[in-house]
Amino acid sequence: MSRLSVPCHVKGAVALQIGDVRTVQGRPGVLVIDVTFPSMEPFELQEITFKNYYTAFLTIRVRQHTSAHTQAKWVTCLRDYCLMPDPHSEDGAQEYVSLFKHQMLCDMARVLELRLILRQPSPLWLSFTVEELQIFQQGPKSPSVTFPKWLSHPVPCEQPSFLEGLPDPSRVSSEVQQMWALTEMIRASHTSTRIGRFDVDGCYDLNLLSYT
Amino acid sequence: MLQEESDLSLIIAQIVQKLKGSNLYAQLERQAWASLQRPEIRLESLKEDIKEFFKITGWEKKLQNAVYSELNVYPLPRHPAAPPEHLKEPLVYMRKAQGSWEKRILKSLNSMCTELSIPLARKRPVGQQKELLNKWNEMGTDEPDLSLFRPVYAPKDFLEVLINLRNPNYENGDSLSFRTHLGLIQVPLKVKDIPELKECFVELGLNTGQLGIDDSTQVPPELFENEHVRIGQKVLAEQDSAAAQQYIRQGSPTALRAELWALILNISSQPEDILYYEQLKTNVIQHDLLVDSLIYKDVKLTASNDDYYFVFEDYLYQVLLCFSRDTSVLGHFAYNSASPPKSYIRGKLGLEEYAVFYPPNGVIPFHGFSMYVAPLCFLYHEPYKLYQTFREMYVRFFFRLHSISSHPSGIVSLCLLFETLLQTYLPQLFYHLREIGAQPLRISFKWMVRAFSGYLATDQLLLLWDRILGYNSLEILAVLAAAVFAFRAVNLMEVTSLAAAEAVLADLSTLKVMPLLQIFLFATVT
Repeated sequence: MSRLSVPCHVKGAVALQIGDVRTVQGRPGVLVIDVTFPSMEPFELQEITFKNYYTAFLTIRVRQHTSAHTQAKWVTCLRDYCLMPDPHSEDGAQEYVSLFKHQMLCDMARVLELRLILRQPSPLWLSFTVEELQIFQQGPKSPSVTFPKWLSHPVPCEQPSFLEGLPDPSRVSSEVQQMWALTEMIRASHTSTRIGRFDVDGCYDLNLLSYT
Repeated sequence: MLQEESDLSLIIAQIVQKLKGSNLYAQLERQAWASLQRPEIRLESLKEDIKEFFKITGWEKKLQNAVYSELNVYPLPRHPAAPPEHLKEPLVYMRKAQGSWEKRILKSLNSMCTELSIPLARKRPVGQQKELLNKWNEMGTDEPDLSLFRPVYAPKDFLEVLINLRNPNYENGDSLSFRTHLGLIQVPLKVKDIPELKECFVELGLNTGQLGIDDSTQVPPELFENEHVRIGQKVLAEQDSAAAQQYIRQGSPTALRAELWALILNISSQPEDILYYEQLKTNVIQHDLLVDSLIYKDVKLTASNDDYYFVFEDYLYQVLLCFSRDTSVLGHFAYNSASPPKSYIRGKLGLEEYAVFYPPNGVIPFHGFSMYVAPLCFLYHEPYKLYQTFREMYVRFFFRLHSISSHPSGIVSLCLLFETLLQTYLPQLFYHLREIGAQPLRISFKWMVRAFSGYLATDQLLLLWDRILGYNSLEILAVLAAAVFAFRAVNLMEVTSLAAAEAVLADLSTLKVMPLLQIFLFATVT
């Protein structure tokens, strides 16, 4: 399915913490990242992609466009999605993740704003966030082409009588088509194996290793 | 679900792409063309008839084995946004650490070159080529002057790098807190604990028969051994890789081991493979590499001094010299955190069309490398078969033992698993050894890096490597290391220095591997 990247503005992460951030010991375990789409119409969200950086759980809230009279409300569309099965260890800590429309709890038809709530309950990590955030909407569908009428509804021609005794032409043509398709498949295949030569034109005189 | 379907089709596409370049593909194609002569193949149902033909003649089984092999070796396809480095190693700081370690190795090799004024590689003069060809089968009789060469690194240098590995995002306070690891490894990788290991290694349990335990002389063979051998012969007759891998978890009878390993590693002995090995031999004769001297030195220092393996010295040269010319090994760098060293043809520095990998297979041997090959010499006598088996074992398992990665079978995870097991289940012993300055990993590291080769008796080592193949994982090495410490715990509690602890654990040649593993995993009261 094709997808189209949506330009978005990712605001800086805001830590949620009880008390004053400066004086309290210990690090925040909850961060909120707001994602807005300036100068964009409300769109249908297809996919969210990002690179995790030590976030354990992700919740996403969405504000959708409703009819002109009612105030747009925040709705949770993904609750406590687990990115790290063990928050104290490195499993899943730097993985690339994709979240799709069908994983969301609500319909994502007219998205105005997104809010990502990141949680990392383990005190072992100095910081956590998500990086390389990208939002995608449905890409353009392939344009439908109207065929000329004679292609889709061919005029049936009469079977000439002198063809009796010979095999049915439609059967033969379908068999030949199958053979042709198989041959084309074999011819079109290419491999990615190396040939096995390590020298350049028979020469392998080397002085030193290169560091780059 | 949509996601799983698209994942599956991606995996299928990846496997098909890989298999298209293999011998098997060409053979299947030939067989399909030849089958058109047969009366049961009809034109209108061509596809189904050929599929049926493959099923009956056993070619489908060969294809199944090849697909199973690919699934075992190659990691799942990555996320489309992930760069290729992510497949090699997902954690950025480990990639950086591996990069710096590699740079150190390159510097060391370069300085050896300049000090000794020997080029990295040169073409051998025709006279020397003839000489080498004549004594190909007895290279061990050669006594070149290797006194100026030194191994590029030894396992203990690598251990120091692992000890200093730090995650910049991890709370590494200077003062001891609950966050500090008490062992040498300070990175918080996920490792299994004993309940999880019990689940993983369920076939090693007390109620399942094992070779290495239930084939000892006191146990009548009717109880387990005879039936197990019979099943093994059946598995070999069926030529099914997956069944062989499941079977070998209970150990392999000595007579069937060579064939079982070949089946599991999906090694065939086609004429093309023999030709390929001969081609590598020609490459060895034509070009002389500095790495050859390192290999010679390593074999002379390690395998030649070993009571079990010195007889195979000539085989080791034949395998290792060809191994360093084999460019097909470069393929494993896609999932190895290491990268092959690069060089330029003399006089063409910086020109990309003259850039080559050095050595051609990208693997620089270290002190003890030849011990990976030595035990295999007991199984295979033809050099090309021995070569193929070693190459498969290397690109599946052994490369993980000397590169920095977060993989569960990587050496960092194995070290952490060993330390965690010891700390959790033998806390008094761990504390005592730590207090006397004998961190347990300093003693067990060399066992794990060599996969216990050269430390255990050969029959025990082969039983251990059976399980590595059967479970497709190296975690059993860490479990065995912890089990050895548990076995000698009483003596170790009495030592007062690192040297004394080393002495207690110096000789493992009398140990029986399978009882140790079974007791540690299934019979220790926790």
